[in-house]
Amino acid sequence: MKKLLLASAATALVTSPATADDVKIGILLGFTGPIESLTPHMAESAELAIAEVNESGLFLDGQTIAGERADSTCIDNSAATAAAERLVTSDNVVGIMGADCSGVTMAVLQNVAVPNGVPMISPSATSPAFSELEGDAAHWFFRTSPSDARQGEILAQILLDHGYETTAVSYTNNDYGQGFADSFVASFEELGGTVTLSAPHDDGEADFSSEVGALASAGGEILTVLGYADEGGAGIIQTAWESGAFDVFAMGDGMFSRGLFELTGNRLEGTIGTVPGAEGDGPELFLELTEAAGVMGDSSFTGESYDAAALMMLAMQAGGEATRDAIADNVMSIANAPGEEILPGELARGLEILADGGEIHYTGATNVDFIEPGEAAGVYREYRVEDGEFVTLNFR
Amino acid sequence: MDPLNALLALTNFVLIPGIAYGSQLALGALGVTLIYGILRFANIAHGDVMAFGTMWTILGTWLLKSWGVSLGFLPTALLVLPFGIVMTVLYLLAADKLVFSFYRKQRVRPVTLVMASLGVMFVTNGLVRLIIGPGSQYFEDGERFIINVREFMATTGLEEGVGLRTAQALTIAVALIVMVALFWFLNRTRTGKSMRAYSDNEDLALLSGINPDRVVMVTWILAGGLAAIAGVLFGLDKGFRPFTYFQMLLPIFAAAIVGGLGNPMGAIAGGYIIALSEMSITYAWRRVVAHLAPEGWEPNNLLQVLSSDYNLAVSFAIMVLVLIFRPTGIFRGKTI
Repeated sequence: MKKLLLASAATALVTSPATADDVKIGILLGFTGPIESLTPHMAESAELAIAEVNESGLFLDGQTIAGERADSTCIDNSAATAAAERLVTSDNVVGIMGADCSGVTMAVLQNVAVPNGVPMISPSATSPAFSELEGDAAHWFFRTSPSDARQGEILAQILLDHGYETTAVSYTNNDYGQGFADSFVASFEELGGTVTLSAPHDDGEADFSSEVGALASAGGEILTVLGYADEGGAGIIQTAWESGAFDVFAMGDGMFSRGLFELTGNRLEGTIGTVPGAEGDGPELFLELTEAAGVMGDSSFTGESYDAAALMMLAMQAGGEATRDAIADNVMSIANAPGEEILPGELARGLEILADGGEIHYTGATNVDFIEPGEAAGVYREYRVEDGEFVTLNFR
Repeated sequence: MDPLNALLALTNFVLIPGIAYGSQLALGALGVTLIYGILRFANIAHGDVMAFGTMWTILGTWLLKSWGVSLGFLPTALLVLPFGIVMTVLYLLAADKLVFSFYRKQRVRPVTLVMASLGVMFVTNGLVRLIIGPGSQYFEDGERFIINVREFMATTGLEEGVGLRTAQALTIAVALIVMVALFWFLNRTRTGKSMRAYSDNEDLALLSGINPDRVVMVTWILAGGLAAIAGVLFGLDKGFRPFTYFQMLLPIFAAAIVGGLGNPMGAIAGGYIIALSEMSITYAWRRVVAHLAPEGWEPNNLLQVLSSDYNLAVSFAIMVLVLIFRPTGIFRGKTI
């Protein structure tokens, strides 16, 4: 028994290097559940930013920061709330980098963040509902990803620009898919297009033949899929192509994945779509940075995760103290002009400028620019699949 | 009026996918029903055990591919399937030795065994994710299609096409073979008969000299084999993802319960009933009806009874109806 205790104490020491003096940031992501294949890369990206700050030794006179991971499950509101509760009460985090999926993020915000006064910066909650936040909720919540309402408008415009006037829509049955589809359908019809059918699909379902059957009966020149690439969305595209129901597809950001080619071969030829993404040095620098650290930086929402963690730390530096209020009060000012531009890998320079009382404009991995009430304005890359590659056509 | 095109559309969008999916459910439900009939508990871990067997088959497929071995137009995974079955059976026997046998000896109530299987499910869940990871794996090689819709439409010049994938044809063929073999085993061999005797009346079977340990072992072997086969066929058809396999537990149990828990014939019927009714109730019939209706009478509305997001609801509605009007299931299984 004694040996066992010693052994577990030893592993505890190895696995959590955090000490009581560390400033703790919660990393609340769905390490189990529907997006469990994306979250490890997101968490590693956030930890990359933390490691960068710790290495510089410039954070608030040499204090160190530790990331505390917790599981949001992506779908289970009560589990996510319990995990966040633990982060706030027993780990005493200064802020939460997360959560990921829109549903659990809203639950954690209302049940934990607002009552306890803890700031949250979500890298991936893109539901339009967050733009409508008011009062305390708006004060404590930020996101480095833009609202899907905006993407819906852009995608609708892209379809019409490519000459598609009728489309069927299949969206993933959650807050993300619903919000995205609502905004897409409204914009598409407003611009003169016809949506033959807009129906949800459930992720993790075993078989999509009946969904595709309905979409095929409804018809349309192109099938718009607003789901996830390693989830139902891929199944819908595969089934739709193989049953001959549709030949060409339009996809939202959740579908942007090279893995999709592995599954569908050359069938995506001519597919068009949108993915958040900016031109310029930030994204490229971030890719170099992640490559050097052995992190998969081209996976979804990794840049957003890095930025969310970086913003939190820079905000504390700007406030001059490692507190929850310092983050909530300073995020907007460092994420926007004026000030010295800070790119990924330059966090040390940002900390230095802030320590000297200067101003910074953190642009980071995703060209961060925050609009009220604290969310990314959003630049989208329009792509088309040509010869099995995503070819960028435009930025909107 | 164009009955041929209507029939083709129906085959392509309802019949072929429905029968293939039904076969996959039936194979899964057979495993569940065998364990329920003989060991007398609902094995919640079955979906993840399917994932476990599929995982080993995928790993083996990768190894064979790296050696340059393939099966021509058939997927290489078929060659590795026996290995997957052996690994699954060994795993189940180990789980029985370490977990279930303890409770069985104490003659606990079935619900205790169900909870124990929940534990086994979590462990299996974790093991699969540790070894192969949570992401999707596509391991089908060889020819993807037997009949390609687009080529079919081009050669026949018809408006509607029919597609048949290798994986779908394989699923249906293998499921048939496995079902026949299983019934032969249960009805014709001595071991099979002793299993049925044990299932009907445990005490009487013991009195007549049937070795219970052997019956239990053979049950796990059969369940492991069925789970691995069902998992691999499903994975070939739609890709492998641990989370999907876990979710499949719901329609599989619905199929087993509708058919009559503990009754193998019922499991098979249940699988097809669940799959085809999901398919036909949520199918939008406009495309088929439009071909049948006279010129100018094509329907404007989708003719869909329920939207396709009610898929699972359809399975459960059928299950509830069966439980109300025929609590033992269609084929007289055991009551729950």
